[in-house]
Amino acid sequence: MHGRPRKAPKPEAEAEAASAIKAEKLRILQSTFLQNHLNKIYTKEALDVSAKLLESNPEVYTGWNYRKLAVEHQLSQSESDPEAAKNIFDEELRVVESALRTNFKSYGAWHHRKWVLSKGQSPLDHELRLLDKFQKADSRNFHAWNYRRFVAELMKTSAEKELQYTTNMIETNFSNYSAWHNRSAILSHLLKKKASGFESQEKVLTEEFELVHQAIFTDPDDQSGWFYHLWLLQQTVKPESPFLISSWPPHASDLMVASDSSPSSSASSTASYVSKTRTLPLILYFDQLVKGVNSSTITVDSELCSSTNLIWRPVSKNTATAAQAWITELTLLDAMSGASKAYPIKISIGHSEGVTSLSNVQLLATSQIAFTVNIEKRASDNANEQDVEEILWTDGNFHASEIHHKESVPVHPFTLLSIADEKKPPSSTWHVNTLLNEITLFRELLSEISCKIGKLTLARLLTAYDSIMMWKTNPPCAYKFVHTEEVLELYSDLMKSDPSHFQYYKDQHSSAVLQKETASNDSLSKHSFFYKNSASASKVTCLRLNSMSLSRIGFIERLLWVQMLDLSHNEIRTIDGLEALQLLRYLNLSDNKIKSFTALEPLRQLPLEVLNISRNEIGSHSIDTTRYLSASPLSHTYSNPDFITSDPDDIKNYWEAYILFKGLSLTQLDIAGNQICDDKFISFLVKVLTSLQWLNGRKL
Amino acid sequence: MAEDDASSYPPIEPSTFDLIVIGTGLSGSILAAAASAVGKSALHIDPNPFYGSHYASLTLHEFTSFLTAHSAPLPHPNTQPQFQIENNDYIVAELTTHTLYSDIEVTVHDPEALGNGKKFNLDLAGPRVLYRADSATELVVKSGIEQYMEFRAVDGTMYVGSSEGRLDAVPDSREAVFKDRTMSLKEKNQLTRFFKLVQSHLDATEGDETARISPEDLDGPFADFLNKMRLPEKIKSIILYAISMADYDQDNLHDDNYVLKTKDGIDRLVIYQKSVGRFNAPGAFLYPQYGQGELPQAFCRRAAVKGCIYVLRMPVLALLMDKTNEQYKGVRLASGQMVFSSQIVLDPCYNFTSPIYSRPRIRREKVARGICIIRKSLKPDSSTFVVVYPPRSLHPEQMTSVRVLQVAGNLNVCPSNMYVVYFAFLCFDADQGKRLLHTTMSALSSLLADENSEDSSSSLPEKTGTSEPSILWNAFYIQELIKVSTRVSPIYFS
Repeated sequence: MHGRPRKAPKPEAEAEAASAIKAEKLRILQSTFLQNHLNKIYTKEALDVSAKLLESNPEVYTGWNYRKLAVEHQLSQSESDPEAAKNIFDEELRVVESALRTNFKSYGAWHHRKWVLSKGQSPLDHELRLLDKFQKADSRNFHAWNYRRFVAELMKTSAEKELQYTTNMIETNFSNYSAWHNRSAILSHLLKKKASGFESQEKVLTEEFELVHQAIFTDPDDQSGWFYHLWLLQQTVKPESPFLISSWPPHASDLMVASDSSPSSSASSTASYVSKTRTLPLILYFDQLVKGVNSSTITVDSELCSSTNLIWRPVSKNTATAAQAWITELTLLDAMSGASKAYPIKISIGHSEGVTSLSNVQLLATSQIAFTVNIEKRASDNANEQDVEEILWTDGNFHASEIHHKESVPVHPFTLLSIADEKKPPSSTWHVNTLLNEITLFRELLSEISCKIGKLTLARLLTAYDSIMMWKTNPPCAYKFVHTEEVLELYSDLMKSDPSHFQYYKDQHSSAVLQKETASNDSLSKHSFFYKNSASASKVTCLRLNSMSLSRIGFIERLLWVQMLDLSHNEIRTIDGLEALQLLRYLNLSDNKIKSFTALEPLRQLPLEVLNISRNEIGSHSIDTTRYLSASPLSHTYSNPDFITSDPDDIKNYWEAYILFKGLSLTQLDIAGNQICDDKFISFLVKVLTSLQWLNGRKL
Repeated sequence: MAEDDASSYPPIEPSTFDLIVIGTGLSGSILAAAASAVGKSALHIDPNPFYGSHYASLTLHEFTSFLTAHSAPLPHPNTQPQFQIENNDYIVAELTTHTLYSDIEVTVHDPEALGNGKKFNLDLAGPRVLYRADSATELVVKSGIEQYMEFRAVDGTMYVGSSEGRLDAVPDSREAVFKDRTMSLKEKNQLTRFFKLVQSHLDATEGDETARISPEDLDGPFADFLNKMRLPEKIKSIILYAISMADYDQDNLHDDNYVLKTKDGIDRLVIYQKSVGRFNAPGAFLYPQYGQGELPQAFCRRAAVKGCIYVLRMPVLALLMDKTNEQYKGVRLASGQMVFSSQIVLDPCYNFTSPIYSRPRIRREKVARGICIIRKSLKPDSSTFVVVYPPRSLHPEQMTSVRVLQVAGNLNVCPSNMYVVYFAFLCFDADQGKRLLHTTMSALSSLLADENSEDSSSSLPEKTGTSEPSILWNAFYIQELIKVSTRVSPIYFS
């Protein structure tokens, strides 16, 4: 129970003796009971034994199951006698009630009660009275609340009445997570079915905001109100319908595609892509996980292909049926063998139903992406690609602009798709005003007191406000994120004042930094450099987000174009989301805090050639915590190792490394400066990575 | 009481006691009950035909006649208290009484509705309530008198802070602050933060000076401390007058005696807050079924059960003192009998002169009291509640808090379709008191009028013009307050 002082333990000897007696009694009961259970004895005496056992220890789950069997047995004996059946169930309720008196947090007992009630033989009014008693004794007990929802449903109690009940409980004591939670559940239900009085989500949410303000301002140290506030904020800003936010190639772009390493840039083209495989990826990126992307829901209109042949694949770490990013490959083989030519391509989404969110909500709007692909016919198509130059991630190799040609670094534009005004994600005047009002209130509160959760909420509000304002702006990329600095300051402050949640704040801080640095093509251009090794004429544009103290990556929708990415000298622990960068060939993750190969799992989906993971923490931690957070490779259906090593221990010892690297055709890998990297591991890598030419700066 | 009646009494047997208490007021009754409970023989005498003395609850007629009777000195052969030597054994000091009531003004608006007035139990010393968490309530429980009487919860406390005179619930607990709709969010935050500060002060262990309020602050005026905490005027006023129940305007004080010190203010606040919700009932206060007069009567009954002897309708004429060692020996009753005890407790309204004892000068204050009987509740959704008008909220010259108690008919103080409203405040001067009584009365009437006008919007307008008067009866009086300088918890006007 909550808020009750713990009873002082009895003197040791006395307690020990008492518990020994109790244990002995229970042991006898238990063995008699198990004997009965085994022999399927359901006599009255046998039932009494089980009742006694459960009343003193409601946690014996077998006891409840036995009683269920016994009830069924008794019912079969006394068919066609409704009175007898009622008595049987009444007895069950009595046993549960006294078991709950012993421990009313017993899952087994509550579950048994639900089972009895679901038989429909027992009066429900009594249940409400019982609940009132329990909820008076402990108003926050979630078992009782859970059971209340169950009974309310059985009784078909109106949701409005149950909502009023939560209001009463909250007014009695607003420090009650269970009551706030139940309120959110009931309101979701009422809003969804647009019950009378709940037609307008805006009106309901406004009133709820007002209610929760009373709790938060009355006692900012009580967290239950804050949690409800977070739910309200989510309801306010969360777009229900999914929508397409970006693509590659970007809308309205003019793409130069060549099969060798340097397509000639022409004045008209805005982007270039080297396709050694003579395929062109098409990537769609949505604001949330969507499912149902396939050749019948997405129309691709081009003479390069017929859309019915295209296979759309979700880009997701778990390769489920849903993903934020979806990809398909256009085959350019025929086009590339012909003359240089421009091909317009048009992709239409949402014209036929089928693409939905995880909760089956249709797309917000139809979208159309149109771009041109210029296929360049080159004489030197079949250059010898056997020898690959080493990529050196030193500052000297990155150039802000090409001095000789006086051209600036071509930033590959990303375009956040504008959405027709009438179908915008949540960004009505009400949304804007609500957020502005919240922001004003919490600024005022924070001027009075110092409150961690208040700062966090303010940071979330400011971020949400900026996000809403971005979608109101046309085009979205033109929006200036006015609150980023304040958000960064709040998170920096929180990292200092609340070290136990440092990592969370750090992640949010990283997100805000990325938001700022990738907000527009202008800001991106500050981080874009030509990579040009002195020995070679080839050049690649590299996005350098190095030394920014990032702990994670985000805003992937703005980075779909990136082929070379420098994330070195950050504090990156996870690269989740990076799998959507389907053009990524060169990646520098050196000097970060990657702890395991499992954490690098997103790389398995990328066409990666060069990877630098030097000076991370792989092998330094004996327990790979990532495994518990993400799907373990062992839980997937992997084919058996398809290479035979001379040392069978290799696979056992380096299983994670093997899973990661066997799918990659790396030509260069830098992994020095990790605990795991000893001679044995190096020799293992050489065996696994057959295409590898450079390892830790050494030519193989 | 005429002495003839008293002389017809049979003599009291025995005539010597461990304790003699004169007057069945609240304190005398508690003392009698306490003495009897520990096995002392006690005699409890009262000149009135009822228990409770100045704490009694009376019917309409008893009420007015009692006030009138005590607005002049009790008839006594000598106008000046005297003493004389009698029988060569005792020094006899004659007792007189103070004139307690003045400026009595009773107005009957609707005699028909009041009937014979016997359905009323009007408190002489209203408005009085009990804090649920203070020592008086503990005493009720410990002494066992709860078996003789029943208490009802007072729904809540209201205060009038706005110029419109609206009754707002006092945000006296976390839950009340949450529910309040009159304070801004910022004010709510400031108020609960102050409650928490007090709580951490109380919880702080000895030596933990950071969590404690400094001794200088504790000894200083509570109002200054609230200012120091940067509380806005409105919150300050709520804490000072509606929670800590300061009597005097703490912002314009001419006399240091009236300053509410921080430590006292906090003590009162804590008692108030502990009272809220105790015994699973709303509000902070209790009120006895059948009126406050039940309380002394219940103590008397307790005393009687434990062997205390009761004699009502028996005036006491004089104190007897030993001539040689100048000790109190006993009293002479109106029946002529002398009863003896070396311990005598006198109701504070008595006066006497003695060669060996001169009463300390008592600071004389007055309390202005008003009662009215009304048909409709002052607040439509509430029936029994306390209202505080902080200083200067009714009138610029209002120097003290005006406290109001409305009691509904279901507490058996009046017929069930009526309400009794008590109000009182401290004053220094009877005229000033009378003026403010009238101001308060009209403020209360306007609450009733507001309610009527709200009704009229839904009913026919001509009906309001001919409707019965909402006030059936009212009485104003000024009572002399004899302050006993003991540390008493803030019960209304001890």
